[in-house]
Amino acid sequence: MSDIFEILLTAGFWAATIRIVSPLIFGTLGELICERAGVLNLGIEGIMTVGAMSGWMWVYQGGGLWGGVLFAACLGALFGLLHAGFTVHLGLSQHVTGIGITLFASALSYFVSRMLLPSATTPPKIEPFQELPIPVLSDLPIIGEALFSQSPLTYLAILAVPVTWYVLYRTPLGLAVRMAGENPVAVEAQGINVLAVRTGAVAVGSALMAIGGAFITMSWFDAFYFGMINGRGWICVALVIFASWRPGKALVGALLFAGLEALQVRAQQSAGAFIPYQFFLALPYVMSILAMVVMARKAKYPHALLVPFRRGERV
Amino acid sequence: MIIIEPRASVSLFRAAMAPVWAVAAALVLCSVLIMWTGTSVPTAYVLLFKGAFGSSFAINETLTRSIPLIFTGLAVAVAFRAKFYNIGAEGQLYAGALAATFFGTGLITLPAVLMIPLLMLVGAIAGGLLLIIPVLLKTRLKVDEVVTTLLLNFVVLLVVSYLLEGPWKDPMSLGWPQAASIVDEGVLPALLAKGRLHFGLIIAVLMAVAMWAIMRFTVLGYEIRAVGFNAGAAEFSGIRVNRTVIITALISGGLAGMAGVSETAGLKGYLTLDLSPGFGYTGIAVAMLAQLSPLGVIPAAIFLSAVYVGADAMSRAVNIPSYIADVLVGVSVLAVLVSVMFSQFLVRWRS
Amino acid sequence: MPALEFRGVTKRFGSLTANDAVSLVIEPGEVLALLGENGAGKTTLMNILFGHYQADQGEILVDGKPLAPGSTQAAINAGVGMVHQHFTLAANLTVLENIMLGTEGLWSWRQNTKAARDKIAAMARDYGLQVDPDALVGDISVGERQRVEILKALYRDARILILDEPTAVLTPQEADSLFATLKSLTEKGLAVIFISHKLHEILAVSDRVAVLRRGAMVGSVVTKDADKAQLAEMMVGRTVTRPKPEPMQAGKAILEISRLTTSGDSAAALADVSLTVHAHEIIGIAGVSGNGQQALADVLCGLASGFSGTVQLHGAPLPAGRPRAIVNAGVGRIPEDRHARGVVGDMEIWENLISEDLRSDAVSRWGIVDRGRATARAEKQIAEFDVRCEGPDAETKLLSGGNMQKLILARALSREPSFILANQPVRGLDEGAIAYVQERLLEARARGAGILLISEDLDELMALSDRIAVLSHGRLSEALPSEARSIAEIGLMMAGQDGGEKAA
Repeated sequence: MSDIFEILLTAGFWAATIRIVSPLIFGTLGELICERAGVLNLGIEGIMTVGAMSGWMWVYQGGGLWGGVLFAACLGALFGLLHAGFTVHLGLSQHVTGIGITLFASALSYFVSRMLLPSATTPPKIEPFQELPIPVLSDLPIIGEALFSQSPLTYLAILAVPVTWYVLYRTPLGLAVRMAGENPVAVEAQGINVLAVRTGAVAVGSALMAIGGAFITMSWFDAFYFGMINGRGWICVALVIFASWRPGKALVGALLFAGLEALQVRAQQSAGAFIPYQFFLALPYVMSILAMVVMARKAKYPHALLVPFRRGERV
Repeated sequence: MIIIEPRASVSLFRAAMAPVWAVAAALVLCSVLIMWTGTSVPTAYVLLFKGAFGSSFAINETLTRSIPLIFTGLAVAVAFRAKFYNIGAEGQLYAGALAATFFGTGLITLPAVLMIPLLMLVGAIAGGLLLIIPVLLKTRLKVDEVVTTLLLNFVVLLVVSYLLEGPWKDPMSLGWPQAASIVDEGVLPALLAKGRLHFGLIIAVLMAVAMWAIMRFTVLGYEIRAVGFNAGAAEFSGIRVNRTVIITALISGGLAGMAGVSETAGLKGYLTLDLSPGFGYTGIAVAMLAQLSPLGVIPAAIFLSAVYVGADAMSRAVNIPSYIADVLVGVSVLAVLVSVMFSQFLVRWRS
Repeated sequence: MPALEFRGVTKRFGSLTANDAVSLVIEPGEVLALLGENGAGKTTLMNILFGHYQADQGEILVDGKPLAPGSTQAAINAGVGMVHQHFTLAANLTVLENIMLGTEGLWSWRQNTKAARDKIAAMARDYGLQVDPDALVGDISVGERQRVEILKALYRDARILILDEPTAVLTPQEADSLFATLKSLTEKGLAVIFISHKLHEILAVSDRVAVLRRGAMVGSVVTKDADKAQLAEMMVGRTVTRPKPEPMQAGKAILEISRLTTSGDSAAALADVSLTVHAHEIIGIAGVSGNGQQALADVLCGLASGFSGTVQLHGAPLPAGRPRAIVNAGVGRIPEDRHARGVVGDMEIWENLISEDLRSDAVSRWGIVDRGRATARAEKQIAEFDVRCEGPDAETKLLSGGNMQKLILARALSREPSFILANQPVRGLDEGAIAYVQERLLEARARGAGILLISEDLDELMALSDRIAVLSHGRLSEALPSEARSIAEIGLMMAGQDGGEKAA
């Protein structure tokens, strides 16, 4: 036990936690926005892959880092529009469409990366986002290094939480989005186009997911390789349930999750001799399932989640 | 504005054509990617077709690869029928392979006529058991099964990885992480003198016919369909909905588990970490193309297997990454959703 | 200038003409009742006005100006407000949020809740529409929800208010209070369209009545010159004859409910309910929906087993929570919602007809469905219950509402059950189908069955029931002969003001 406390006191642990949490925040917020509007987006795993590939590729082809993030976000939004076209406008199964999007988007990412890098045996690296220490605050012991000496994308992720909260709970648009996930007929009756609201929410949510993917290649591993999202998208879907569809709780859940993962990486180093490493690698997935089980009874899911809306029906 | 109205009647022909249209659309969309590679589209598709069906060797290979896809396609089809979204066929496949390895590498040795059914059975049980957790979480706590089955895929793969690098590692494997070979009595016999086609195909086709009969003629099949179409009405009429979903899940997991046995005991002879290049996920595409019909799974599996085998050949011949096959699978899933919808609804556009 | 005018509005769905050249004029300060059977095209007409559908021909004018077709926003901006039959509210959000939705520019960076609260408070004063703006909609009563719906329209400065079947969910007293509100609205110059098929309400509240039949406007009359019989004939196109029960001596006790209490949501759970249904007897259960009807039906249908107290059928305990055992014990069940509970629309008619005895020897052997026998039986039932369809192999979802209900009757009644639970058996049906269903229930009564009829329609209950009991907040009043009670008395009991006495 004392080992664990020692780990908890190191700046490295906290820095790692914050790094691991960043893509989870983007992905969880993205999924949360989609689901708040009533659309389950299981394309998340594939959309994160697209983001990871496209952001990285943009920079590798000579583009700027922020341009890469924007490019990733745009492609993510595009896949979001595809998902919305199927599920919102045609009213097709959200489950199957999402899985289809994931299969298609991941395969396309690998195809494109193989096309552009035909002969690379080891994945090439890019010059990633540099840490951006915040003056004064970054000099604080431990938390200075952990919290205030991070990639600008990390700050963006953390900033996205209150912004999402504000938009959802304090603006007319956010009200329309939440209402679209609770009772789309009510939205239509008030003269707002439900399909547009849902489509917009899915596009924005998908853009955030793609930025989450881009973080992994542009601010963490510096390279794109096969299978690198590795279920992070599915974990985000679980985190949304764990967070009861609330942005603040999503941040808490993601932090808890990232902290445990950072801890296991370090525990793996000290305990690897007698506990197989696969055990530690499996922890995030098992924890995600447990997180859903814990919250299942209390989950107040959006009433119209998974329910397609067609104009003039039941009005 | 899109106007969607149900068609008064859907002809059998229109329904049967839906996946054909979907496949055509997918091929057209993928030709954009092929053009990018610089290869002419007809050349590429001819290469793909030849790679899949151009020689007896190619046909043999295509049929061989369709075996696990028939199993996983059936697994997905029966589960989706009951609206139980089992996306964990990949994990269940490995669970079946683990069971086959555990029992088939020396623990028990019986004559082949008993050994092969035994391995199939334990594999099916293992695959079914793996689904117990998600299905109970769904029926008891309403936890979404898509996420749990997906996450379990990763967990199972790590378990396999641990076993292959640790306790189950074959000392004769020269350091490769692979398990000991299945005993000779358990190996599925080859069907032809040449090529890799094995007895698994017969079992897979038999399972498809069996599933078709179950869905069409039995009380259980009635119950699975009723629960999938309208669980509320099923419950009202006295069908035990949760029980039906659990049985469906066990069947689904069992079929996926059999895919693992068939791959381990039929194709490779031993368990490795790359036993399945995503057969579980491709099973979703198979089931969708088959419109969840068990007999439709057979041609759908052969088609997608041909795509993979043909794409391998094509990418060797010309400079097209073999990921094109995965793209085609993904596009097919999406395209079939739309084409089935068009077969059942009139979709019109009005400004 | 008329507040609202429909000019030759026609709407077709495939071969069905839902609205056939409908023309109609509403003046400011007037309550116009729009009368018509279910399926006469009232809702379609309002959906066109509200932009949910586009008319194939014709136009709509508000204050003399043509209304842009297909746009809800245009209708709202022109001053049209609608209170839908199924409330368009989100239960998880507050009253304030429900009212404010769509009233501000979507791209505004903040909501002006202060101004909204003030405006709501002012309207509450002016029209007597009191609500707590911070309450969750899911927590307030049905009557209050309707108030929120009206406030939503008034908040957006509606001058033409449309109410679609507004009293379906209200007690008679709540309905009276709604009528008073409408009066004060018209005094302020609003035009009100009141959609209903209940004649006595229309006579009570409207200035003028327009009648729709099979999509076409039959005519319009000034209310004070009209009477029930005349309106009924205009609505149906012939003299309406709903079946009337013969007087009959109640027989032995069939179903005995004693001290039945269920757990769960307080108002919708049953509290200490006792009731006896005899042979040759229809007992009507009156009450506003959400007061325990669902819980009572679920127990009797076998969908719920968590309760205390006893339910006995012919002196033996009812097999709780086991629908098939309950059916085998002689219970016929007509569920409230045909589509959600009654049938599996995607399956064939013969399949739906065997769903209750799927595992019995009559239709299956060793787990295999005996399609030959099932189809033969289905053909007989289809003929006997006059289900209009292409045959037992037709898809169930293609049936009309009335034929779907006949299919459910066929399934429930052809075994000649000794007890029948009929939950809203005629809801949403046209007059012909209503009469058919009621005749079948009366036949069963004559044969000796005991029937429990749950309905929100007091007229229906008064006409059919031998005795009526009122369900309010999960408590059931004593069942008294229907002629011994007045509508007003039942209304008070529905509101829970007089549910004291209970059957021993």
